[in-house]
Amino acid sequence: MTASTIKLNASPEDHRIARMAALAIGLTLMEAALPSPLPGVKPGLANIVTLLVLKQHGMRTAAWVSALRVVAGSLLLGSFLTPGFFLSAGGAMASLAVLWLAQRLPEQLFGAVSLSILAAFAHIAGQMAIVYFWLIPTSGVLYLTPVFAAAALVFGLVNGLVAAHLLATPLPATVSEEPA
Amino acid sequence: MKYHHLLRPGDWMVLAAGGVTVASLALAFWFGAPGQRLVIKRGGHLFLETSLNHPRTIDVPGPLGTTRVEIEDKRARVLSDPGPRQLCVHQGWLSRAGQAAICLPNQVSVEITGRVKSYDSLNY
Repeated sequence: MTASTIKLNASPEDHRIARMAALAIGLTLMEAALPSPLPGVKPGLANIVTLLVLKQHGMRTAAWVSALRVVAGSLLLGSFLTPGFFLSAGGAMASLAVLWLAQRLPEQLFGAVSLSILAAFAHIAGQMAIVYFWLIPTSGVLYLTPVFAAAALVFGLVNGLVAAHLLATPLPATVSEEPA
Repeated sequence: MKYHHLLRPGDWMVLAAGGVTVASLALAFWFGAPGQRLVIKRGGHLFLETSLNHPRTIDVPGPLGTTRVEIEDKRARVLSDPGPRQLCVHQGWLSRAGQAAICLPNQVSVEITGRVKSYDSLNY
């Protein structure tokens, strides 16, 4: 009897997606351990990875990394298919949609910080929409909108600055083109 | 450490727009009180729709006499009513969207409406 082997040909892009997704998942797990004053207010450090990938490898790769981060991150945190998972998936989809539009802005005027802030606002808007139209359809939740928006502005700015800094001085270990 | 070289002109614009968005959301949700409009009806027809933000007293003429409605401190009440049982007067202050006082004998109703019309009953 011959041993049968299944060989999957992983392209360099697959390697890149896997590596960046692993990085994003790591940040998501770290962040889950941080205490938060209000459920839903998180720095969203994994979005830095999404921004880096978007800037360096384009929308398609960024969407893959983001989707893998949401699914695998929720599996590791045990929140797969819970409301929290749908919130994070909805937020990720909304921010990807806005990033897809925002990347057409002239690059010499709008840098990573713009993309990060816009994505953060889209993220919170997507989540509020899910909360309001599906999970808790009362206007009481909307009362917290300004808090979430303020958090989106602050964390969007910080993440954007980190991403802009990393893009200005690429770290070979995380953003190299070829797998080591 | 200097961050200025990381921010491009458009980034400042986005940042400012974000700040304006946060401020206007805070204004809309926190300072525009939950139930803001007062609707007074007489005989089923709209008599007056007004804001709750400005204190005033409104006289509503009905078949039995005058129903007096008072607005104060972003809430409203029926101050006096010619009806025999004074139910709408005893209702007291109305402050949240959906709350209402109905002076049936004098055919006057006072209701607070919000942005979203909430349910007044649910059946299962």
